[in-house]
Amino acid sequence: MAVPAIRVKDLRKQYPGRDGPVHAVNGVDLEIRRGECFGLLGPNGAGKTTTVEILEGLKRPTSGEVEVLGLRWEDDPAAIREQIGVTLQETRFPDKETVRELLTVFRSFYRQGVTVDEAIQRVSLESKANALIEQLSGGQQQRLAVAVGLIGDPEILFLDEPTTGLDPQSRRQLWDVVLELRERGRTVVLTTHYMDEAQRLCDRVAIIDYGKIIAMGSPAELIARLGGDHVIEFAVGGVDTPLNPEILAGLDSVLSARADADGYSLTAGEPHRAIPALLDALEDLGRPLLRLTTRHVSLEDVFVSLTGRHLREDADAEANGHGNGRGGRWRRRRRSRSAAG
Amino acid sequence: MLRNSPFFQLYLARLREFVRQPARIFWVYGFPLLLATVLGFAFQSRPPAPIQADLADGPGAEEVQRAVEAHNARLSESMATPAGPLPTIHLAVHSPEEALKRLKTGRTPLVVIPEGAQSWTYRYDPTRPEATAARQAVDDVLQEAAGRINPGTTRDVLVTEPGSRYIDFLIPGLIGLNAMGGGLWGVGFFLVNLRIAKLLKCYVATPMPRRDFLGAILAARLTFLMPDLGALLLLGVLGFGMPIHGSLWLVVLLDVVGALAFAGIGLLIASRAATTETVSGLMNLVMMPMWLLSGVFFSSERFPAVIQPLIQALPLTQLVNALRMVILEGAGIGQFEVLMALGILAAWAVGTFWLALRLFKWS
Repeated sequence: MAVPAIRVKDLRKQYPGRDGPVHAVNGVDLEIRRGECFGLLGPNGAGKTTTVEILEGLKRPTSGEVEVLGLRWEDDPAAIREQIGVTLQETRFPDKETVRELLTVFRSFYRQGVTVDEAIQRVSLESKANALIEQLSGGQQQRLAVAVGLIGDPEILFLDEPTTGLDPQSRRQLWDVVLELRERGRTVVLTTHYMDEAQRLCDRVAIIDYGKIIAMGSPAELIARLGGDHVIEFAVGGVDTPLNPEILAGLDSVLSARADADGYSLTAGEPHRAIPALLDALEDLGRPLLRLTTRHVSLEDVFVSLTGRHLREDADAEANGHGNGRGGRWRRRRRSRSAAG
Repeated sequence: MLRNSPFFQLYLARLREFVRQPARIFWVYGFPLLLATVLGFAFQSRPPAPIQADLADGPGAEEVQRAVEAHNARLSESMATPAGPLPTIHLAVHSPEEALKRLKTGRTPLVVIPEGAQSWTYRYDPTRPEATAARQAVDDVLQEAAGRINPGTTRDVLVTEPGSRYIDFLIPGLIGLNAMGGGLWGVGFFLVNLRIAKLLKCYVATPMPRRDFLGAILAARLTFLMPDLGALLLLGVLGFGMPIHGSLWLVVLLDVVGALAFAGIGLLIASRAATTETVSGLMNLVMMPMWLLSGVFFSSERFPAVIQPLIQALPLTQLVNALRMVILEGAGIGQFEVLMALGILAAWAVGTFWLALRLFKWS
């Protein structure tokens, strides 16, 4: 298959904003291969949804080239729509339709596709086939949205934040649907701001921030770029002077060190060497240890190391006692912007 | 094959959605029937209301009372035949102070103060129509009792025939009102809700033909129109004995063209609105002038001549007037006013659809 599923060149989308144009997508290049599950990762407002909606033909780009299955939206939109499936963020289907009725309506739009029963079975909604949509849980409604995307038996399935707001069990059920689709050799393009989701599902991911791709590769590759496999997070008490990150970075097996809002975080290759070294250093400095945790490096750490910010800023700001999430988020945005500029 | 066409499936979905919401069925079908029944009974033809007046006690009061009683007695004798323009007069006797106080506080429209034999003073507020009517009636009775001979002869013909009562005027008005409400709610509000729920986007992302989508909404709208029209006509004919003088097919044709005009206006309203607040505001902006000016409840001819051209250009005015002409006057399609109404309604339909399809935001 020489033709890639999706090819994007120098994609840009501007919106008129209060202080001049807003660059929602600011020069994105992408090539998504057939049969892979590709993740677009980034915080809210990074430009993921805009990018995906341009790929789905729902928005027109300001400039740039988009090819879906070798076709261009300007030339043959109907042919592209026949071959893609779309699951949008937070679609509210009509309350008074049953699952089967809704899927029958959507099935009628496609020349080819799977049967309604097969679509229901793929998202495991057999027991709810004749239930009204208003009787479905949030997770079941989201699986129904995926079934709507699958009904035309698409070559490419787009999923925009499919698990946002779902409970852990529903998330896993949705992941199974995606994994099964990937096994069948179909292309999946998904956006998410959950790192574990991307790590679990995606062959490759692109990390987007402020409308630009700042890193791309398989989850393993991106994690490997950090050097170490482990993260050691700790906090110290005593006098109020901050520790020198350079001293920390020089410890045995430690690859990098960073001050967090409420402590410090080290990337290390071998924790069994780094931790004793850290304890010795703290004892020399006379600083008592208040907290110490270790975990494996995740895509979240990749994102933080690339941008200096956390992905889920809202939750983060609250956890750190920075008052309401939105205020914290604003401050953080401002700071990182002025630091960049 | 037809069963699996997008048009048919979308049409079915729209019908299902409507039928499964009992509240909506009440507001579309039940409420106008209720309104027609209540207003029909409220404005039913009744004998004219008796006239109320106060009599200030004093010399000469007894003569006045006697004259009025004689008048009332004559009326009850001739109950079988309409007795002319003067209704029964209810006279309440109070002390002069009390009677004037009652006048000031609006509890009586007229105070009759006898000023000796064959001389009376009337106190009333001339800006109250019932007060001048009472003054006229009481004066006529007293003058005739005092010996006035009316030089001319008059004859009163009282009209209470079916076809010219308020209920006959009202039912075509309500049919028009329902066509308007259905177009604006059933097309405009419905589409904006689809946009809010992101369903419109979801549809557009599929190969669904857009003309099938709009066609299904229109077909459903016209389907809902028929029971609506039928229920109001049946209520009029069976419940109130309203005659249908003109052709039923012409009534249906007018209602359909009218419904298409309002569907077009609904589509235009929905073409850009993305919140419930915007669409509600726009719908009120469109509906309010027509509620007030188009002569649904009261004849639009009462409004000043300056704004008559505007009133005549409103689709609801044309629909309601043409329906009245066909139902109550038996006008045919050849009649100029009916043709003009059809033309104006069709122009609204074509114009709004043309504009709406250019402005409509699908995603």
